[in-house]
Amino acid sequence: MIFGLPVISVAIWLPIIFGILVLATGDDKNAPLARTLALVGATLGFLVTIPLYTGFVRDTSQMQFVEMHDWISRFNIHYHVGVDGISVLFILLTAFFTPLVVLAGWKVIEKRVAQYMACFLIMSGIMIGVFSALDSMLFYVFWESMLIPMFLIIGVWGGQNRVYAAVKFFLYTLLGSLLMLVALIYLYMQTGGSFEIQDFHRVSLPMTAQILIFIAFFLAFAVKVPMFPVHTWLPDAHVEAPTGGSVILAAIMLKVGAYGFLRFSMPIVPDASLKLAGVMIALSLIAVVYIGLVALAQSDMKKLVAYSSIAHMGFVTLGFFIFNANGMEGALLQMISHGFVSGALFLCIGVMYDRMHTRNIADYGGVANTMPVFAAFFMLFAMANVGLPGTSGFVGEFIVILGAVKVNFWYAFFAATTLVFGAAYTLWMYKRVVFGAVANHHVAELTDLVLREKLIFVILAVAVLGMGLYPLPFSEIMHVSVNDLLVHLARSKLP
Amino acid sequence: MNNLYLMVPLAPLLGAIVAGLFGKAVGRTWAHRIAILLVGVAFAGSVAIFNDVAEGHTFNGAVYTWLTSGGASFQVGFLIDKLTVTMMLVVTFVSLMVHIYTIGYMEEDAGYQRFFGYISLFTFAMLMLVMSNNFMQLFFGWEAVGLVSYLLIGFWFKKPTAIYANLKAFLVNRVGDFGFLLGIGLVLMVFGTLQYDVVFANAAAHANDIAPIPGFSWNMMSAICILLFIGAMGKSAQFPLHVWLPDSMEGPTPISALIHAATMVTAGIFMVARMSPLFELSETALSFVMVIGSITALFMGFLGIIQNDIKRVVAYSTLSQLGYMTVALGASAYSVAIFHLMTHAFFKALLFLAAGSVIMAVHHNQDIRFMGGLKKYMPITWITSLIGSLALIGTPFFSGFYSKDSIIEAVALSKLPVSGFAYFAVVAGVFVTAFYSFRMYFLVFHGKERYDQAPHDDHHAVDDHAAHEAAQATAQPPAKAAKHKAAKHVKNEHAAHAAKPHETPWVVTLPLILLAIPSVLIGYLTIEPMLYGSYFGDAIYISEHHHALHEMHEEFHGAFAMVTHAFTTLPLWLAIAGVASSAFLYLKRPDIPSAIQKRFQLVYTLLDNKYYFDRFNDWFFAGGARGASRILWKFGDVTLIDGVMVNGTAKLVGMFSGVMRRLQSGYIYHYAFSMIIGVFVLMTVRTWFE
Repeated sequence: MIFGLPVISVAIWLPIIFGILVLATGDDKNAPLARTLALVGATLGFLVTIPLYTGFVRDTSQMQFVEMHDWISRFNIHYHVGVDGISVLFILLTAFFTPLVVLAGWKVIEKRVAQYMACFLIMSGIMIGVFSALDSMLFYVFWESMLIPMFLIIGVWGGQNRVYAAVKFFLYTLLGSLLMLVALIYLYMQTGGSFEIQDFHRVSLPMTAQILIFIAFFLAFAVKVPMFPVHTWLPDAHVEAPTGGSVILAAIMLKVGAYGFLRFSMPIVPDASLKLAGVMIALSLIAVVYIGLVALAQSDMKKLVAYSSIAHMGFVTLGFFIFNANGMEGALLQMISHGFVSGALFLCIGVMYDRMHTRNIADYGGVANTMPVFAAFFMLFAMANVGLPGTSGFVGEFIVILGAVKVNFWYAFFAATTLVFGAAYTLWMYKRVVFGAVANHHVAELTDLVLREKLIFVILAVAVLGMGLYPLPFSEIMHVSVNDLLVHLARSKLP
Repeated sequence: MNNLYLMVPLAPLLGAIVAGLFGKAVGRTWAHRIAILLVGVAFAGSVAIFNDVAEGHTFNGAVYTWLTSGGASFQVGFLIDKLTVTMMLVVTFVSLMVHIYTIGYMEEDAGYQRFFGYISLFTFAMLMLVMSNNFMQLFFGWEAVGLVSYLLIGFWFKKPTAIYANLKAFLVNRVGDFGFLLGIGLVLMVFGTLQYDVVFANAAAHANDIAPIPGFSWNMMSAICILLFIGAMGKSAQFPLHVWLPDSMEGPTPISALIHAATMVTAGIFMVARMSPLFELSETALSFVMVIGSITALFMGFLGIIQNDIKRVVAYSTLSQLGYMTVALGASAYSVAIFHLMTHAFFKALLFLAAGSVIMAVHHNQDIRFMGGLKKYMPITWITSLIGSLALIGTPFFSGFYSKDSIIEAVALSKLPVSGFAYFAVVAGVFVTAFYSFRMYFLVFHGKERYDQAPHDDHHAVDDHAAHEAAQATAQPPAKAAKHKAAKHVKNEHAAHAAKPHETPWVVTLPLILLAIPSVLIGYLTIEPMLYGSYFGDAIYISEHHHALHEMHEEFHGAFAMVTHAFTTLPLWLAIAGVASSAFLYLKRPDIPSAIQKRFQLVYTLLDNKYYFDRFNDWFFAGGARGASRILWKFGDVTLIDGVMVNGTAKLVGMFSGVMRRLQSGYIYHYAFSMIIGVFVLMTVRTWFE
């Protein structure tokens, strides 16, 4: 409880209320006020999530900080929220990034400042809602409403081709989730009139139904992750989105899809999950190898990092579907780390884009000469993307590969190719952009980071190194919930 | 736990933070003072720990739990025994020497503090690697030294060749790490932990298991050891993953000495010695190790003969010597490998630093064809280089003699089926080593003075440092470049090009002298305890089926007797022959080498192209990956998935709705007509079914 108010509701609604207040500041005359108010709201929004970590009871897999209220009693739909060891860290991650994107857009966004800031604040609240909803209809509402602010962010503040990208993003992800709604309604009928996710976990289902439900969920979640072959919206969305949009998209929104697999697909239809695990693993490994190679061919920095995100998320789905504790915990750690690292990389690209107005690798060269401090931060985050031990990027990949060896050596073999491919595309980009002699007079005129940018990077550097050197606080909180999920998965739900 | 253990790696880390992150604030002088002081602290700490371990106080314990997952606990911890402490002494001592040397060598460089930051960080990472008591931390140190190596090879990041070389080094090492990581994965699967002590204690129980690799029925230990050794092949530059090491010479000379000769590249050797309880269980793996080592030892030596860049000669010599160490590992003579690692660290660091001193003296020229007769200008560098070279070729009483002769003997006594080839390789290698070492020595210090003949515009032969600054000068707008101190430096260089060579300042020569002392003495003093005494104790395990070292012990009658015995064996005479022939060819008759080169053009071309490995890798792996990635992207993502599937679906919907739209034409007779057709069809269907 915070001041007598339930923690999760505060975490969801505080940023949304601040978002509405920011909107109320009106047009760009009041931009400074809008910015300040947004930063205050975002920072408060992060602070109020901290009790979720400190007050979390680590030895139970029960939902904690639960709130339950009637919402639409005609269909037995509740406002039911709570967290367990799987979801709690993502709420903190979401709230952690909101102040950073507000800061990142501080100077760069000059038009419709209030609306821009409000989008991110509201987005933050909605995403926390997604991670904490325990009623499937509540989840669905949050899930779909997430699209709206992101659609606006890309469509209004995006690049030249923003309308194509925004529409593609919207339709792609919307189409994916429609079948999920059908599956939820089917489950509602099977449980005898409940939209509770935990009731879904208990209902027994025949194999055919399980497989159909799995496919319905798969379409919704795989598009968000995104998994091969439904990934092509992501590079387009990233390229056109403003920096803040890319950061939230990569750091948080992709995690929502992966989270869905853990909260819905696997516990609701465990038998189908086991049966189709081979397909999922194959798709994951394709993501690692094929997408790793495709990333190598990119000439646009944002596209490159977008493809790198898909390859890294391949590790997450691989970890889920090898069905052991190493894989699942490694995947969750990878999700958090990827949030830090991809967010940081998009911010790095944003810093260069703000100065040069190009994302094309060929337009750069020798940035280290004029921006040495930036080059050092960029190197750290690039190395984290490469999965260097001591950075957060190593932890998840390492544990997933160790877990994969236990299941099948060849899974680990293909997954481990990321050691080479990941290094190749990341460091080759770094070489062409940062190293070398000053390539042109635009690069020669670059100025190094200002205090605001340094602050953002220092915060992220601490996160990346801290998690890399001491990941225990991140992993111990999830043990019990992960083990419970694995036990649940091992029990057949066939009637 | 002894706090000293923590202090040794953390002191250089602190130095790295101060020099690297706050270099500007503390200034040049204080940056190097603090960094050197803290590395000195690490060295003093290592000496204290050595004394402690000598009294039998070994340690194995955790510092903190890094992660727990799936029943396994991953820890950061230290294992302090004789093997560790030997490495700690070598690493901190060479690092200290290189730190001091750097004051002189990097004096005029703009990235002075950054350089100190990197080498201190390297010292930290290397210490974490050798002090680890588990595979996870080993991997951490392993990759961290790789990172610093990457940063240092590309230290002069404006030079295209340097940033090509550092990317290449990182990627080739990653190929090795790929195998290494899978090996670690198998270890965790089999033993349920990554702690050395538990793994080693239970290793024998799994000696005859079949590895769980679907499709193959390999022995478990062979699979684990070969995978781990692939990591060592990357880090210790063994054939065919050796290709990165010669290119790494693009980095400043001090780090060539520290990282690419004395310490980092020996990490693979150390790792295999540490894993002796595993390798001893697999003859297959040991044979594999021995073959790779002997190929590296002999064939990389050949390449040293035709190099003209002073640093590259030493680099190929390093490759060849690493091959020797690997052969010793294959022969189960782990202590001999570590012994050679130690002696090599001293004399090879000495040779590199001396090469750097020469480079400074002749104004940043690296081509040995344009040196000659330098001994009268720089006596200290001359004498110490001679000592280093004598140690390298295995002159009696010098440290290299004891270690190299022991390796040859161990191979001779090995019972592995491949030991015949290995024996040939290491014995022939003695001649090759002597030949290329003294070819370089004679060309640099003796003969006619040619330092004034160096071509000015030849960027390839010019020292990396100058080329880096030159790149800077041309790339920046003139106004800015003029302001830049470094650009001035280039001008001075050119003005001073014809000036006489000079001895280098004391910060450069002092480390040479301090390294020359152990290069001479350390072998004589330590061979008995290290190889035949109980020095390593339990740190190294040798199976009772492998007798080589045991038999050597029986024939060993003291370090002095070893010398007298050497005169009756082939290797010593081969070494003498090597020196004699290079003296004849390069001092007496300098016309003959070029004649030979013309006569055997084919062989020369093969060697000059380094057996075409680089070409092949560039074409097949780098080019292949780039080509494949473009095709996959253009065809797979853009055409197939996005073009056909995604936008194709959108088009299909568009087409379909276009057709549907036609139906709603608004004309009554269209609707009436379709109604009649509909009624007709329905009635037909109905009558059919009745």
